[in-house]
Amino acid sequence: MRPVYAVGIGITKFGELWERSLRELITEAGLAAVADAGIAGEDIESMYVASQSAGRLLGQEQLGVLALDEAGLADTHIPATRVEAGDASGAAALRTAYLSVASGAHAISVAGGVEKMTDVLEDEVATAFTSNSDMEWEGFFGATLPALFAMMARAHGSEFGTTREQLSAVTAKNHGHGARNPGAAYRFPIAAAKVAQSPIVADPLRVLDCAAAVDGAAAVVLANDEVAARLDGPKVRIASTAQGSDTLALHERESLTRLESTTIAASAAFERAGISADEVQVAEVHDVFTIAEILALEALTLFKPGEAAGATEKGLTTYEGKVVVNPSGGLKARGHALGATGLAQACEIVEQLRNAAGDRQVDNAATGLTHAMAGTGGTSIVHVFRAEGGGR
Amino acid sequence: MVGIVSYGARIPRYRITTDEIARVWGKQELAMGRSLNVAEKSVPGPDEDTTTLSVEAARQAIARSPHAADTIGAIYVGSESHVYAVKPTATIVAAALGAPPFLTAADFEFACKAGTAAIQACMGMVGSGLVRTGIAIGADTSQGAPGDALEYSASAGAAAFQIGTDNVIAEIGHTISFTTDTPDFWRREGERYPTHAARFTGEPAYYRHTLSCGAALLEKAGTQPADYDFAVFHQPNGKFPTRAASKLGFEPKQCETGLLAPRIGNTYSGAVLLGLCAVLDIARPGARIFVTGYGSGAGSDAFDITVTEQISTYQRSAPTVEDLIDDRVVIDYATYAKYRGKIVTAEVAP
Repeated sequence: MRPVYAVGIGITKFGELWERSLRELITEAGLAAVADAGIAGEDIESMYVASQSAGRLLGQEQLGVLALDEAGLADTHIPATRVEAGDASGAAALRTAYLSVASGAHAISVAGGVEKMTDVLEDEVATAFTSNSDMEWEGFFGATLPALFAMMARAHGSEFGTTREQLSAVTAKNHGHGARNPGAAYRFPIAAAKVAQSPIVADPLRVLDCAAAVDGAAAVVLANDEVAARLDGPKVRIASTAQGSDTLALHERESLTRLESTTIAASAAFERAGISADEVQVAEVHDVFTIAEILALEALTLFKPGEAAGATEKGLTTYEGKVVVNPSGGLKARGHALGATGLAQACEIVEQLRNAAGDRQVDNAATGLTHAMAGTGGTSIVHVFRAEGGGR
Repeated sequence: MVGIVSYGARIPRYRITTDEIARVWGKQELAMGRSLNVAEKSVPGPDEDTTTLSVEAARQAIARSPHAADTIGAIYVGSESHVYAVKPTATIVAAALGAPPFLTAADFEFACKAGTAAIQACMGMVGSGLVRTGIAIGADTSQGAPGDALEYSASAGAAAFQIGTDNVIAEIGHTISFTTDTPDFWRREGERYPTHAARFTGEPAYYRHTLSCGAALLEKAGTQPADYDFAVFHQPNGKFPTRAASKLGFEPKQCETGLLAPRIGNTYSGAVLLGLCAVLDIARPGARIFVTGYGSGAGSDAFDITVTEQISTYQRSAPTVEDLIDDRVVIDYATYAKYRGKIVTAEVAP
């Protein structure tokens, strides 16, 4: 397979963007990524666009062609396809674009993701979220995603003694990071003590344990080694991509505290990249709930089972710790724009490895990963990124 | 000089506490009452509706007015809970007041600001000399679906203003409106309860319109917040008006008298007007009043009002708004459900 580089990134502000349409958002992110790469639109050979719920919430499918057309590139007639894998859709689009370049089929491919969540009523958003789980065996019976993750949190507490304070530490840490991210939807710190005082959603999860659905778009331009060598910009190589699956319904799994799909994906991603988990300096993980970040850190083998919660409380997942987790603020503070989230994670890691992340720069960052997940872990996608030739 | 020549208010006697509503829905922990700053809300009794509340408020206005019912040339009733979808409330009010048939009448609807729109229409009618006095009413028995966030605040009340050019007790020096198509809250034909767009009702709806309109009024009137003795804002709860006032530069003390939502909830079309009634109940000659209404959909009407010497001889006797608020009977949720027609009774069964 050919080496693949992330040569351009583009991301919109995340948030309740009531004045911005789906079309505007994906176009802004796409054009920014193309400009950042220093290529022309006509150079693009394929396009993959992720969205979890545009079909359901806005009645718009065919987002691949929509994005291509809005960018003024319909007359290139290149393949443009929508990719859907629940709230891991963005990472799935990135992986698909990666494979199209690595296979040699295309020299330059663009992966984009977009979600417009705030144009509809809250119930519809909740249903869209829940559709990441098994609608027949979970959603129908009222097991929403918060309810399912609440069970995972309880099981984790029972197995490892994970505490309320440790869950709160995830929120406090991610908001501390997000406060430094100009594009974050919720750009303010939250004290850990405030989390336990916020309204209950599904015991033990409270409002401030949950990531909120927002609007946003992000895009990454991928190119093969030959194109990347020609371009002026900094070189960030996507060292590996890996995807794992599990049962769709949580109750079918052997354990409520292990994310097998993540473990499988991480193990394959590390092997293909030729690194060990210890080498990861910065990670963007799927903190859709506070417990999800704890579970992910353990499944990614960044921490041993039962140790991620304590490590978070001790500050090992922030600056000057062991690995900086969610420097962007994560889904919690940047906001969760479903289909755009996986690509927003990639944009953050690329910025970090370019040494261009400003106030939230992780010192000497050279190896980073992104972890996206759908629902309770039916799908997990891990990408490993490595800087080549130093930062910008 | 165009202004208010008389006014009247009506608030139903029954109250339900927000704690009682939260108890029924198992939402005690959310502390809805505290977060909305609404302790209790008024509830219309079984024999009260928007029409009766309008009539009561208008009768009080005419009873203490130097201008009798035969001077009335226009009646506009603003509400989002008119009893009939087709058939005016205004004609019932006219008949109840004994106003002559040579008058123009219409019902207004603009969510919570239909009453302030009615005042502006009356200002035009009397200012142009088309009629001698006009009656503008804001009245509602607003609906909140059982268990919905609106149920904690949607209440009932009415205020009536007689607008004229002679014996003016409060001159309306300036008025300005700010209106856009912003769908933050709506109820379609045939629907029993309204729908609201959650957080959307705050920033792009209430705050944008209230603050834009309020700031424009200050500019038009050439005034500063400190020039006013009283400020009254539309009060969908006790939190929004406090924050809007502070953003425009008003002090909490200026807003105290006109802020009724913590004690009676959101009376919708009556809300900002009942606040103005409460201020007129105690204001002295020369007092300056800043009023900004808001209606979902969305728009704001703002008024710069100055109390005149005429108020010294005006009959401000009981019941004052404070009297109406104090005259209260607290009911439980079951009684509330019965009074509000939320219980389907057997008589409709085949």
